[in-house]
Amino acid sequence: MSRIIAISSGLSDPSSTRMLADRLVESLGRQSGDVSVEVVSLRELAHDITDATLTGFAAPRLQDVIDKVVAADGLVVVTPIFKASYPGLFKSFIDALDADALTGKPVLLAATGGTARHSLAIDHTLRPLFAYLQALVVPTGVFASSYDWGTEGGDALGLRIDRATGELISLLKGAGTGRSRDDEFDLFSESFLAASNPDS
Amino acid sequence: MTTMQFGLFTVGDVTTDPTNGTTPTEHERIKNTITIAKKAEEIGLDVFATGEHHNPPFVPSSPTTTLAYIAAQTEKLILSTSTTLITTNDPVKIAEDYATLQHLSDGRMDLMLGRGNTAPVYPWFGYDGSRAVELTVEHYHLLRKLWDEEVVNWEGKFRTPLQGFTATPRPLDGVAPFVWHANIRTPEVAELAAYYGDGFFANNIFWPKEHYIRLIDFYRKRYAHYGHGEPEQAIVGLGGQFYIRKNSQDAVNEFRPYFDNAPVYGHGPSLEDFSSQTPLTVGSPQHFIEKTLAFADYFGDYQRQLFLVDHAGLPLKLVLEQLDELGEVLPTLRAEFDARRPANVPDAPTHASRVAAKLAEPVESAEEEVSA
Repeated sequence: MSRIIAISSGLSDPSSTRMLADRLVESLGRQSGDVSVEVVSLRELAHDITDATLTGFAAPRLQDVIDKVVAADGLVVVTPIFKASYPGLFKSFIDALDADALTGKPVLLAATGGTARHSLAIDHTLRPLFAYLQALVVPTGVFASSYDWGTEGGDALGLRIDRATGELISLLKGAGTGRSRDDEFDLFSESFLAASNPDS
Repeated sequence: MTTMQFGLFTVGDVTTDPTNGTTPTEHERIKNTITIAKKAEEIGLDVFATGEHHNPPFVPSSPTTTLAYIAAQTEKLILSTSTTLITTNDPVKIAEDYATLQHLSDGRMDLMLGRGNTAPVYPWFGYDGSRAVELTVEHYHLLRKLWDEEVVNWEGKFRTPLQGFTATPRPLDGVAPFVWHANIRTPEVAELAAYYGDGFFANNIFWPKEHYIRLIDFYRKRYAHYGHGEPEQAIVGLGGQFYIRKNSQDAVNEFRPYFDNAPVYGHGPSLEDFSSQTPLTVGSPQHFIEKTLAFADYFGDYQRQLFLVDHAGLPLKLVLEQLDELGEVLPTLRAEFDARRPANVPDAPTHASRVAAKLAEPVESAEEEVSA
């Protein structure tokens, strides 16, 4: 059984970041019976995190979360994107970890934002941070904008989620990302099915 | 009736002639297009297709106006498009405009649908370009209903609903215009063409053949899947591009300045590299015949071959000269393609052949259509 910690750094309650974390957890459970996932919300630790940045050590409740993160087989990291990057609270939590805490750890990166214009923030801000931490980040980053939560987004978000979680599960099994260049068209995608359904 | 169709397709760009700096006016470019189309009939070509664009430096924003004008001045030429924008045009207007053209031309027309490649056209016409595939699929399903069903009740995502709507005029002889789907990268469009048993066209210019083979093979396989025939019986069209002279070095020397400065590929690879890597043929008539015949080796025996000639700032005089060159090799091309074609590969569809096919249908299905 692989133990996965999902870190949600959404600041509002309820938050779309937490919704995305929950979707990722659901997808992990659906695709593998061999994982257990616990979701940690940084909002509830905001004071402890701030204290840690001032005192230099983590209070017991925060230390307990840090210990779980370090011991986990894999991480799911979900953060909102504010002003072109992750919020300070998220970075302060990362700063509270030892420099080698995430070395070699499989990590799935996900983020939320108001519009799809922010989607590359995963690759331009989160990925460098986790490269510095020497974590093993799965190729698919999952970004959800407000659009993805509406019906007009179709299930594109669901497809990205399943692809990313599939990569994480495969990585945990020691099977690489389990992906290679597609050589066949996806005949069962929505757009394909619509082509042969005049009354859809 | 000829088994395979040959013709021209034009983008309709206004491009400066790089050898002397002259640029035709829009008026000249439009009139030249008519001259080129009439020349196509004169040299024995079967098809003339015009592009559709809604931004400079292109002139053909109103294809059916141009095609009807050509139809009035020709007798055999089939008028078509390359392409009609199924994404940003209202399917109702496409149904009306092209049915009208079908009547005016006595069935000497078909049309080729495409998505267009100019991103801002979508917002200009009130659509979201990121949903181009969905738009294509929904608009085309509607277009089919408008032509194939007398009274249409329809509701979709992108257009206001239709209740009790009849598109007029009804298609000539009760047979809708034949539809080709032009596609170079979207498998959903190949699926749509296969589902309806429509034609599939790959522009076959600018890129290596391998790029087009995958989609054409897929379309053929799906055409068979939907029960229209064997994969080799699917209706395939290809583009092509040439500049020919009796002496191949003359062809290279004359075409090089146009190639080097052409929109799309100019200031990129050399003429020699591009000719060896893509279907572009610059050289002798014999070289042109051999390279064109080889298309059937790569893509299977096919029904329609269109050539792009009037582009890259080539002046009208050279275009007409190139058409004379094409006219001279055309009988050989026809004979060679016919000789290699297996008996079970169908002819290119025409209005006459489609009317005949409809008359040959079992009575029950004819009644169904009337009551539909």
